[in-house]
Order: sequence, then structure tokens, then C-alpha cells
Amino acid sequence: MTTMTDPPQADGFRIGQLINDTRYRSYTFQFIALLALIFSFGWLINNAINNPVLQEVGINFGFLQDQAGYDIGQRPIEYNSQSSHLRASIVGAINTLIVAFLACATATVFGVIAGVLRLSNNWIIRKLMSIYVEIFRNIPVLIWIIIIFTVAANVLPQPREYRGEDAAYSPLFGVVAATNRGVYIPRPYFTEGIGAQEPAAVEVDGVSTLVAQEVTSSANWLIVFGVLLASFAIAKGISVWASRQQLTTGIRPKTWYFTAAAWIVPIAVTLWILGLRWEIPTLQGFNFRGGIVLQNPLLALWFALSIYTGAFIAENVRAGILAVSKGQTEAAAALGLRPRRIMSLVVLPQALRVIIPPLISQYLNITKNTSLAIAVGYMDLTGTLGGITLNQTGRALECILLLMAFYLTFSLAISAIMNVYNNSVKLKER
Amino acid sequence: MKNSVLLGTLAFAGLAAAGASAATLDDVKARGSLNCGVTTGVPGFAEPDANGVWQGFDVAVCRAVAAAVLGDPEAVTFVPTTGKTRFTALASGEIDMLARNTTWTFSRDTDLKFDFVGVNYYDGQGFMVPADLGVSSATELDGATVCIQTGTTTELNLADFFRVNGMSYEPVPIETGAEAVQQYLAGACDVYTTDRSALAAQRAGFEAPDDSVILPEVVSKEPLGPLVRHGDSEWADIVRWTLNAMISAEELGVTKDNVEEMAASPGDNPEINRLLGTEGELGAMIGLDATWAKNAIAAVGNYGEVFDTNIGESTAIGLARGLNAQYTDGGLIYSPPFR
Repeated sequence: MTTMTDPPQADGFRIGQLINDTRYRSYTFQFIALLALIFSFGWLINNAINNPVLQEVGINFGFLQDQAGYDIGQRPIEYNSQSSHLRASIVGAINTLIVAFLACATATVFGVIAGVLRLSNNWIIRKLMSIYVEIFRNIPVLIWIIIIFTVAANVLPQPREYRGEDAAYSPLFGVVAATNRGVYIPRPYFTEGIGAQEPAAVEVDGVSTLVAQEVTSSANWLIVFGVLLASFAIAKGISVWASRQQLTTGIRPKTWYFTAAAWIVPIAVTLWILGLRWEIPTLQGFNFRGGIVLQNPLLALWFALSIYTGAFIAENVRAGILAVSKGQTEAAAALGLRPRRIMSLVVLPQALRVIIPPLISQYLNITKNTSLAIAVGYMDLTGTLGGITLNQTGRALECILLLMAFYLTFSLAISAIMNVYNNSVKLKER
Repeated sequence: MKNSVLLGTLAFAGLAAAGASAATLDDVKARGSLNCGVTTGVPGFAEPDANGVWQGFDVAVCRAVAAAVLGDPEAVTFVPTTGKTRFTALASGEIDMLARNTTWTFSRDTDLKFDFVGVNYYDGQGFMVPADLGVSSATELDGATVCIQTGTTTELNLADFFRVNGMSYEPVPIETGAEAVQQYLAGACDVYTTDRSALAAQRAGFEAPDDSVILPEVVSKEPLGPLVRHGDSEWADIVRWTLNAMISAEELGVTKDNVEEMAASPGDNPEINRLLGTEGELGAMIGLDATWAKNAIAAVGNYGEVFDTNIGESTAIGLARGLNAQYTDGGLIYSPPFR
């Protein structure tokens, strides 16, 4: 039997097929969408070119070399009001990175803890964590930032309340002072090592005493970092050795004191050789001076971003854990593992491949949300380049372009790094 | 096409930049209302009252221009702008004029392509501190934490003042004046700095205004005035001479109450007659009705009346005329002649 349908004709293309034939229809719509896109961008470009203001002012990045003229509260690198706008932007960019990094780290900690505890068998803990997640992720982060900033300003004591013999407040352990402007903590510095200077004579109450001078070279911190890396390698080596022993003899040797010694002894010796001293913050004039200050804008932004994004991460973690089938947990329990070890050895490693991809999104969210810093006066890139510099120079277009370039680059970098990590934990299919 | 232009356009996506047309007067007339940029709220200068109607010293300039151009002081769309958005709003054509405590500086007038049409308030940057701090001079502020409203010339003056006097300070730049005041009241900063008029205005709103003192130092010249876009001189003339009309009216004794009467029965003072359009063709020269200045004065009053009702000594803000008195009273307020 032969079929009566006509064979498709090679030359039988009709214009109506563009709409009616499913083979061509998608191309038709894509083509229309493309035309619309080209047209709308063309309109925007044309609009911008014909904008009289843009025509007159033009695009010019020369203003970055000009003197900035304003001061910045938190200066991770050398900066004063005589520095250039470019340097002010770099200070802002570093401040953005600082708060983004801190918030990513603590948000992960909050999120993992809350996510695991949300699945706890304890009713109270489970419900408390639900309340945390629902409250924090359902109120905009800007409001959390402002709430925390305002509460800190009104609840914590003013620096002057630390003044006097019987002051209302005294620094915690005599060294850490929490004020409504920031938390002042001691600052470590070295007096020996690379670039050490002779002790200088300082006269105190008529008695001349030799006081060790601070080393200005930051090379000493590299030494400390190197020692910590070495300790890490040794600790890793001990762990490998213990595993090998376990494989051959069946008994895992006790190693915790070796590991502890590998961490503590080298760094303690290094710090002693380098002559570690602490600079204690003291109240002078209006404020505490000396030490390291974590200013309230930073703390408010950091804490708000962590606790807000932590609530989202908690849900990711919960989803990841629930994605591991119950049989896995039961099998591990049947082998005699305790609940904590089941979580860390069986469930979490498998849950990670579900958790990581949404976690990347949360890290990107944190990075972008740091631009809310302007609300509390934290001088991030949006505050310097996109704020004061933009306003003082009036170069809105250039500043916004640079801002976009920075956030785009930084977000893509985070994505790239996290994707590498994701590839290392995802299910290996061969 | 240059690459940079292309990139620039991408930034404009979503903004749909309204091409600023050259003939602002025609635009305003066609629209039937004036788009005037004001602050987001500074008591006495520009703030909506309990009924949501904008009131204030800067608002009066907007209303006077609307009355002069359109004959209706209510035909104004007020666009609240922050220190950061104001110039973009004006440059893009979103607003026709800006009357927002804006300091007339060289670079704003030239590099940013704006035209300042005059000065309606001579101000200077000052410092406010809590009275119990015992500070009597700004030179005693070494090491203080200073709250600043960001996006103004304030930061630059502050940096210069402390650098020249060899003092250090901790800046806390806050986006809005209200937030900065909150920080100041909580004691999170020792000092709050901005223009002295704004300090007085904000202090008037405190629960205990006497607990704060404004230090005597004035660290900068801040001539505040309305501004328009560069390149439309006809429109700049209209705004400039509306402001001058308010100033001349005070000098000539023309007030909100007697302006109708003076216009109806011209006296023998030619300057008043030219101002109110009963003599000469001044209105036609700037493309407006002969009664443009009369309308403006009838709507908001003369400069002195606007000052007294909004920020003068009888109000909660309580600013003295000082530099802002007429030149005949030893101030700097001076209008070129109407002829």
C-alpha cells in the first residue's frame, strides 16, 4: 500500500508558512524580536547622541586625576583630601570588597547553622529558626541596615560616657570599647624583624625609659602568613599520616596534640621573635584614639547583610539537605554513626551539590547590596565614585559607567570562582 | 560612531533621556505647568505643609516664575531632588529650573553647563554642637566626629577647614539631612555641619533647640540661588528677572497687598510703573505679558515678605536678615534697575 500524502516539495515554500509552519515559526518570532531590540537600542543611542547636554560636555575620564577634596572615614590605604578622585574610587572599591567579603563569610555561617537547625528534631529550635528566616527575609535589607544603624547609635554609649574616674561605662577587659560610633579594639604591631628601629627614649614623669618603636614594613605580616601556611601544611601532613596508619593497622592514632602543636608553636615563636605588641585604644578628646576601629556604618552594613542573606542561605541549605534521600541517613544510622557524623560525613557532602549554585546567587546579591552602604554613610564605591565624586565633578555618565564596570567585573569573578568550587563538589558522572 | 558614545548610551537605557529642548519657555507654556526642582524637605525653604502643599522660601521662587509665565502660581509641579540627583534632573530636562539651596560656584556655572540667575540667600557653612560639650569655637574640634549631609560643597569646605587648621576629624557622610540629624541627636557625632540657614532650620525642629549651639565660625561663602540649563538665555532671563522683580518690589515698597492697587492706579514713580507693566514694554521684551511681574508679586509677595513669612525672625526658624537685607539696609540684596 502506498500513502496518498504528497511528498514535501523542495520548491513549495509559501509565505504563510512563516506563521503556520512550526519549523519556521520560531525563526519568524526571533527575527521580529531582534528587529524590535535593534530598533529600541537605536532609538536610545540616537537619543543620547542628540542630547544637547551630552553633546556639549562629551565623555571624558580626565576628572579622575583631579584632586578629590573630600575625606573618607574608613581608609584601608593611604588617602587624604588632597588625593585624586581615582584614589578615592580605589578606597571605595576596597571598602566594597571588605564588607562584601565579611558579609559573605558570616552569612554562610548563619545560613548553614540556621538551615541545619531548621531540620532539628527539637521543636523549639526548629520553630525559632523558622521565625528567624521568615522575619529576616521578608523585610527589605535597606530597612534592616537602617534599623541596626539607628539602634546602635542610640543604645551604645557615647565615647564621653567612658570618661572620668567613675565613668558610666568602662572598656571590656580594659581593651575593647564599644561606642555608638564604632567598636575600638587593640591593634597588633611588631617592634623587631625586618626594618626594626632602635628603641627611642621617652620621658615619663621625668624618668627616661626606652620604648620599642613600631616597625613600618609590612613584610613582617608576610612572614606571619607564611608561617601559618607552613602550619597548615604540617597539620595536613599529620592528618594524611593518621589516615595511612588507620588503613594499615585499623586504629586511628590520636593526633590532636600534634595538630595543636603544629598550629600554636611556630606562630607563637614567630610572634615572640618579631616582638608583638598591642596598641590599646584610649579616650583622648572627643574620641578613642589608637587601636583598630570598626566603625558603626561598617558593622551595621555587615551585620544586616549577613543576617538578611543568611536567612536565604538557610533555605538553600535546608533544600539541599532534604534533597538527600532519607535512606542515606537511615543507612548511615544503621552503620552506627552518630547524628553529628551522619550530617558531616554523609548528608552535607551530598547536599553541597544542591546548595552551591543558589549560594552563588546569594553571594552576588550580597555584593550588589553593599551599594546600599550610602544609607548609613559607609564609603563604598557607590559612596565615593558614584556619590561624592559624581556630585562634585558632575560627570554622571562616566561615574556610572565605571561603577557598572566594577560591579560587573567583581560579580563575574565571584561567579567564576564559585563555579570552580561547584565543579569540584558536584556529582561526578563518568 | 565612537565606542564611548555607544557605551554611554547603554547607561541611558531605561532613563529614556528626555532630550532637553532649547526653548524652555515654549515647553512650559505648552505643558501648562512649571517643573521646579526643590529639596526633599528643609523646613522654611521647601517642605510640603500639612495639606501636602509645598511651602517655603525656595518654593516661593518657583511659584513666582509660574505666576509670571503662566499667570498661575499653583501651576507648578514640584520635583523633590537630593543633593545627588538635582543636577542630573536639571541637565536632562526633567525640571525647568532648580531652586534648591544650591551654591553658586565657578565649576557648576561653567563646567556643569548651568546658569545661575542670581542669589536669593547669602549663606555660609557653620557647625552645630551640643551645648554641654563646652566648645565655643570650631578650632577646638580637633579629633571630633563630624556628621555631614553628603552630595554638597560641605564636604570640601569641611576638609579644607580642618586641613588648614591642622586638625583631624572623622567624617560621617549621610545621604539625607534627616538621617544626619538623627545621628547627631543620638550623639553618634559631636558636630553637625551644613549651611547655617539649614542648621537653624533643623535646630528649630529639635525637641530642645537650646541644647545645641551654632558655632560662630562661618567657613565658606555659600551664595544660594536658582539655576537653569546653559544655552537657553531667554529662559534664564525670565527666571533672573522674576527674582529681581521680587527684590525690586521690596525696595520700591510694592507688597502682596498693595500691588493690585498700584497696578490699577499708576502713580508717578516710573520704576514702579515699568515693574508693574503700566508703563513701557518690559514684559514683551522677555516674551511675557505686561503684567508678569505684577502676577509674581501678587502670588508670593516681595522678597522681604517671602523671607519674613518663611524663615524670618517671627518664624520658628528665626533667621535674621543679616547679609540678606536690602542694600539700602546694609545687606547684599540688590536688583539691577527695571528700565
